[in-house]
Amino acid sequence: MTPERATTPASPLPRDLAANPILSRWVTVNPDGAMDVRVGKVELGQGILTALAQIAAAELGVDLDQIRMLPANTTHGPDEGLTSGSMSIARCGPALRVACAQTRARFVAEAARTWDADADQVTVRRGRIRCGERVTSYGALAGVVDLDVPADPEKPRTYGDRSRLVGTSAPRLDLPDKIAGRPRYIHDLRLPGQLFGRVLRPPSPGARLRRLDADPLGDGDVHIVRDGSFVGVVGADEAEVSRAVETLRAATTWDEHDTLPDENDLRGFLRTGPHETIEVLTAERPPPAGRTLRAGYSKPFLAHASMAPSCGVARWNDDGTLSVWSHSQGIHGLRAAIALALGMDVDRIEVEHAQSAGCYGHNAADDAAFDAVLLARDVPGRPVHVQWSRRDELTWSPFGPAMSVDAQAVVDASGMVASWQSDVWSQGHTSRPGYLGAPGLLAGAHLERPWRYPAASDPPPENGAGTVRNAVPIYDFPHRRVTGHRLLQTPIRSSAMRALGAFMNVFAIESFMDELAEGAGIDPLTYRLMHLADARGRKVLQRAAAAAGWGAPAADGTGRGIGFARYKGTGAYCAVVADVAAEHEIRVRRLTIAVDVGLVVNPDGVRNQIEGGATQAASWTLKERVRFDRRKITSDDWESYPILRFSEAPEICVELVEDPGLPSVGAGEAAQGPTAAAIANAVAAAVGVRVRDLPLTPEAVIAAIESADLTQP
Amino acid sequence: MTKEFELTVNGTAVRVETDPSSSLLHVLRNELDLKGARFGCGLGLCGACFVQMDGKVVASCDVPMWSAEGRTVVTVEGLEPGDGLHRVQQALIEGQAAQCGYCISGITVTAATLLETSPVPDERAVVAALDRNLCRCGVQRRVVRAVLQAGSAAAAT
Repeated sequence: MTPERATTPASPLPRDLAANPILSRWVTVNPDGAMDVRVGKVELGQGILTALAQIAAAELGVDLDQIRMLPANTTHGPDEGLTSGSMSIARCGPALRVACAQTRARFVAEAARTWDADADQVTVRRGRIRCGERVTSYGALAGVVDLDVPADPEKPRTYGDRSRLVGTSAPRLDLPDKIAGRPRYIHDLRLPGQLFGRVLRPPSPGARLRRLDADPLGDGDVHIVRDGSFVGVVGADEAEVSRAVETLRAATTWDEHDTLPDENDLRGFLRTGPHETIEVLTAERPPPAGRTLRAGYSKPFLAHASMAPSCGVARWNDDGTLSVWSHSQGIHGLRAAIALALGMDVDRIEVEHAQSAGCYGHNAADDAAFDAVLLARDVPGRPVHVQWSRRDELTWSPFGPAMSVDAQAVVDASGMVASWQSDVWSQGHTSRPGYLGAPGLLAGAHLERPWRYPAASDPPPENGAGTVRNAVPIYDFPHRRVTGHRLLQTPIRSSAMRALGAFMNVFAIESFMDELAEGAGIDPLTYRLMHLADARGRKVLQRAAAAAGWGAPAADGTGRGIGFARYKGTGAYCAVVADVAAEHEIRVRRLTIAVDVGLVVNPDGVRNQIEGGATQAASWTLKERVRFDRRKITSDDWESYPILRFSEAPEICVELVEDPGLPSVGAGEAAQGPTAAAIANAVAAAVGVRVRDLPLTPEAVIAAIESADLTQP
Repeated sequence: MTKEFELTVNGTAVRVETDPSSSLLHVLRNELDLKGARFGCGLGLCGACFVQMDGKVVASCDVPMWSAEGRTVVTVEGLEPGDGLHRVQQALIEGQAAQCGYCISGITVTAATLLETSPVPDERAVVAALDRNLCRCGVQRRVVRAVLQAGSAAAAT
């Protein structure tokens, strides 16, 4: 088995282990033989803890049911930054592998020492440590082996027991309890002495609280907490607290004004500066002469729309420390942001991760935790549990940014691309806690002495960028220019949502590729392959096409389209073939997907992530759009922000194209852009006109058909 | 002003004192410590809080206690007597038909209720029954397969 490759010349340990080298941060061996494993990555519904437990069990030489994955914790566990960007398996996997291999090596060495045997003769299977007739166990040696030691770059890096567990579809460890309806979510947390809190959010962005009637709640058991325009209630009975916040709403008067752009002119809004110009690819020479084609594409703001409203719990302890429970994607970043907002020493705050419903990016988890911190300040020693309303979840969480792409190509006489140029217009894709030096926690903007929050930034290029993520086509074009334009002032809060700019950029690139193929009179799959040398990419495209039966004639009113990308240019390859029926409505019948994530740790886990990502992308593509008037967000429930239903969910077939010799990369975001493009291309094939602005609602398709009819000679 | 209510939950007669306007979901989660029904929207639009009331699927977030008096309620925890799992739950685990699992209690209640009246439903019936249940992670097709499996497994025994 090949040792892990060094990440930097100075430290051959995997990056996350080098940053958190003490083995006991990762693994605790209990006297009963159970292994407690703490990682810095968190369960977001994606199944990552099961995949990581498989790696831990394989390296430790124990059964999967001997592993207990403990919640991430700022005090006790490793700091691995955010759980985002489909990086968990790539970053945490190697670190955990080495930490567990070295833990095992220390137990093996101890057994060998007591037996006066050679460590090479000691084997570990199912937690039993054996040399000839002599047998001991992890539990028996737990009190003797010291794990409060740093990982050693010279020591074993893997035992390579991969075949037994890694690569198998181990069932999710957390699903039996969740499917049985047991309390496993932060919403179910009930701590001793716990109170419930609710926040009364302003009626619109930019609103300030002018007046709060005196004593609106009377002598009830619920009391009001106010700091400027931040108002909330705290009490012992959750139902009473929920009623109290509505009473409070009626007792408040707000100063409001129109701050929002025209929702029907997002293209114009995104182009009205100031902007940061992001030069991704600069052309050193002008484009060649030839036939030029142009097209513009767009997507609206999107809501995370998780099934659970955000939730947070906080308790101010008697010694002045603060305990917080959150479903944040980054508990260390949240801790630092709370410390910054309140002027506290970061060491006096402990944040523990608690699971929630599916997380698809920077939602309101951190905001809800900070709400709990502010409300709990009024009741020292008592934990306060804050749950958002559905309306607040859909109107106050950060949105996935609106985007718009202008693409332009020069083609030669045979229709091949001689020059590719694109301009990407977007709001920023991250306003996570601590961004641009600000806490970034929603309530901070409403306090008596408010924090001013700048427009969202973008992740740095080494983390995959934001506006320009996947803006560079994978195809071999002889002349290219790609420029991003990030809006620097906006009244709408945006942040990271599954795939960030890649969703829009892949939708635009792959739609335009189809338009260019059509112009050249070449089959869209063939046209892509003619421009693509990348062997893994070609294989994935061909596998998806073969599985879908590409080339067979489509029935009337149906269409087939293809979309493809390598996520971030460095991650998973994914090709999607969509079959749609477009008669009275747009219905995606089937998505056939091929994906290459390198070494597959859990095949069914990868399939589930791809299926889920594609289904969610179909929902974004067909239905979703944050609605607003000039004053407030108006899409505030499931009727005004509809998502895909059971009757609309496509059948999905996933083909895994595996190369076990290549490092594992994440699967969670790979399907987003290719799915949107495949559906759009299939709709264009079915109805004969192209819709370039998402979502592809029946109204949008009909409007495109009518406008095409008008322009016919 | 609180009031006392009597109802049957998962086969047991219970008596709770609460405000008549408090929701059945609130009482299940906070008074009876049954956390299986989840809060999703509070408007009866997502299905995360679905329970059976007198044999029909209802959104427990949208049922005030004054209308739950004397009713018979079954939550996801009570679908199968004893500690075992309902065949829908078994099929969901078998098919790994969940990601975050937050919507799955309501889906299970809907599916189990369907199987009571239609023990071996076809795909169209399963999809139609589940159309009021939202899922954001995108496991709809796995759920449909699992429910069909639960139906056909019961038919085979």
